[in-house]
Amino acid sequence: MTELTQTAQPGLAQHGLTEHSHGYGVPIQTRNERVRSTNVGDFAPITLRDEQWRYLAVERLNGLDADVLDEFSGDISLSAPDGVVASWVEAGHEAFGAAGTPEDRTSAAAWSSAQAAYLIDIPAADSHQEVRLTLKATDAEPSALHIIVRAAKFTEATVVLDHTGNGNLAENVEIIVGDEAKLTLVSIQQWDDKSAHTSAQFAKIGRNAKLKHIVASLGGKTVRITPSVDYTAPGGDAELLGVYFAESDQHLEHRPYVDHGVPNCKSRVTYKGALQGNKAHTVWVGDVLIRKAAEGTDTYELNRNLLLTDGARADSVPNLEIETGQIEGAGHASASGRFDDEQLFYLQARGIDELSARKLVVRGFLNEIVQQIGIEDIEDRLTAAIEAKLARSGA
Amino acid sequence: MSILQIKNLHVTVDTDQGTKEILKGVDLTIRSGETHAIMGPNGSGKSTLAYSIAGHPKYTVTEGEILLDGENVLEMSVDERARAGLFLAMQYPVEIPGVSVSNFLRTAKTAIDGEAPALRTWIKDVRKAMDDLRMDSSFTERNVNEGFSGGEKKRHEILQLELLKPKFAVLDETDSGLDVDALKVVSEGVNRAKDESGFGVLLITHYTRILRYIKPDFVHVFVAGKVAEEGGPELAERLEAEGYDSYVKA
Ligand SMILES: Nc1ncnc2c1ncn2[C@@H]1O[C@H](COP(=O)(O)OP(=O)(O)OP(=O)(O)O)[C@@H](O)[C@H]1O
Ligand SMILES: [Mg+2]
Repeated sequence: MTELTQTAQPGLAQHGLTEHSHGYGVPIQTRNERVRSTNVGDFAPITLRDEQWRYLAVERLNGLDADVLDEFSGDISLSAPDGVVASWVEAGHEAFGAAGTPEDRTSAAAWSSAQAAYLIDIPAADSHQEVRLTLKATDAEPSALHIIVRAAKFTEATVVLDHTGNGNLAENVEIIVGDEAKLTLVSIQQWDDKSAHTSAQFAKIGRNAKLKHIVASLGGKTVRITPSVDYTAPGGDAELLGVYFAESDQHLEHRPYVDHGVPNCKSRVTYKGALQGNKAHTVWVGDVLIRKAAEGTDTYELNRNLLLTDGARADSVPNLEIETGQIEGAGHASASGRFDDEQLFYLQARGIDELSARKLVVRGFLNEIVQQIGIEDIEDRLTAAIEAKLARSGA
Repeated sequence: MSILQIKNLHVTVDTDQGTKEILKGVDLTIRSGETHAIMGPNGSGKSTLAYSIAGHPKYTVTEGEILLDGENVLEMSVDERARAGLFLAMQYPVEIPGVSVSNFLRTAKTAIDGEAPALRTWIKDVRKAMDDLRMDSSFTERNVNEGFSGGEKKRHEILQLELLKPKFAVLDETDSGLDVDALKVVSEGVNRAKDESGFGVLLITHYTRILRYIKPDFVHVFVAGKVAEEGGPELAERLEAEGYDSYVKA
C-alpha cells in the first residue's frame, strides 16, 4: 500500500527491535509517567494540544468532556448461561477498580459519575460460556457507565458488549481474566449517527491466562476506545484485535496499550480499518511498554488502513518503549493507503468488475478480524453492516 | 472458431527515468485449438505482452491493435476482456487476504458466465478439477494465494483456467518453479481444459521440458520486444541447444 497519511513514518513502517536505536516512535511522555486518577480534576481540560486528544476536537464529544455526567439510563439487557451472576456493586467492592485506573479525563469523569458498576461474574464451567450484554442508549444526555467482567480461574468464555442506539456515553470497562482462564471480549460500537462514545477498557490478565479482545467500531459520530492490558503473572497472553470502518464525518479512534510489567508474557495487536468519504477520520495509536522486569516478552503490533476515497484521513502511530534487552521479540508495522492495483488487476482479470473487485478486497481485508469473533450471528451482522457501507460508497 | 490477432503492437511503461518502450511491433495470430509457444531471453517483453493482452493499467499501448474475433480488445476494460474470453495465468499470482478461494472462484465464474453456477454441479466440478490437479480440498477454505507455495499458486491458476473455460489462454511461465511431478499434473490440466473447450494457447516459457507435455504447433522467438523468428516445434529444440545468442547479436 502506498502512504497517504501516517504520522509515524512515511511509507510502510515495519521493523523489529534492532532498528529502534534512532528513537523514532517513542512518545513525548513515556507511558508509565502518565497521570492515573479517578478524580476528573487531576486531568487538564481536553484540547488538541494534549497528546492524548490531539486528533479529536472536543466539540465532537457531545458533552462527554463534562466533569459530571448522568448515570446511563438506556436499556441494559443481559443474556447469559446459568451460573453467570450479574449485580450492581459500588466503590469498595473488591472488583471495583481491580483492573485499572483512569488515564484520561472522560474515563475519570465516568468513573466518579457512575456510582455503581455492573459486575458480570463468570464462574468456571464445563463448557465454553457465551455472555451478551446489550446496551441501547435512549437519550442524548452525556452519561456514564462502569462495567466489570470477571472471568474466574479456568473459565472459558466469550463476552459481547453491544453498544447501540442514539446517545452519548463515557464508559469504563474492567476485564479481569483469572489465572488459566480464556476470555474473548468483543466490544461492538454500532451507534446511531449522532452518538459519541468514549470507552476505557482495562484488562488484567492472570497467570497463563489468555485474553482475546476484539473491538468493532462501525457506527457513531465519534468513537474513542482505549483498551489497555496489564499482566499479573508470567504466561499471560493478550491478543488485541480491532476492525473499523469510518464514513463521511465519522471519527473512530483506537488507542490500544499493552503494559508488559512481568516476565514471559505475549501480546499481539492487530487493527484494520477502512475509510470512505469526506472527513472520514480514523486514529490508531498503539503503545507497547516493556518494563525492566518484563524479560522474555514477545510482542508485535500492526495497523493497516485502506482509504477508499479522497478526503479521508487515517492517522496511525505505533509506539514501542523497551526498558530491557532480554526480550523474545518486539516489532510493529503500520501502513495506510489505497487499494493495491495488483490485487484489483488479478480479480478483474477473472472477469470481476472493478467495483465488485474493490468490495471483495475491502470485505476480505476487514473480515480477517470479523472472522475472529467466532459467533456466527454477530459476524453476519457486522459483515452486513460493512456491506451496507460499501453499498453506499460505490467505492 | 475464434481468432486472436495482435498487430504491430507497441507498448510503453512509465519508469522513474521516463517512458520506456518495451514492445516494438509484435505480430501474432492465434486460432482456437492452436498452441503457440513463446520463448525468449529475460527482459525481452514476454510478460509485458501477456499483461498487455489482459489490459494491465501499468502498460500503455501506443500503436497497433489486438482483436478478438474482430472486436477491439484495447477498448475493453480488464474485466471485459476476461468476460470476452481472454485468460491470463500469471507469472506471479497475487495474494488477496481475507478472500477465500471458494468465494473467489464462485465470484469469478458468476462474472464470466453472467449468472451464478448451479450450486451442486459447481461444487462437484471444483472438487474434480482440484483432484485432477492434486490440490487438497482444504485449499478452498484458504485465502487466495496467501501462503501458497510457488507450485501451489501455479496449480491454482490452472484450476481457474479449467473452471472458467476461456477462448484463449495466455500462460506466463506456468512451468517455472514446478517440480517434475507438478509439471506433469499442471500440463495435463492445461491439455484437459483445452480438449474440453478447444481454446487457443499462448504459452510463455524458458524450457522445452513443458513442450513435451503441451505440444506446440508454433514456436516464436521473442527478442527485444518483438518476434524475431517463427517455426515449428523443432525451433524449440534448436533454441535449447544454441541459446538466443544469434538473435541478440543480430
Ligand atoms: N513497471 C516497469 N518499470 C520499469 N521497467 C519495466 C516495468 N515493467 C517492465 N519493465 C521492463 O521491461 C522489460 C520487459 O519486462 P518483462 O517482464 O516483459 O520481461 P520478460 O520477457 O517477461 O522477462 P522474464 O523472462 O524475466 O520473465 C524489462 O527490461 C523490465 O525491466
Ligand atoms: Mg516474464
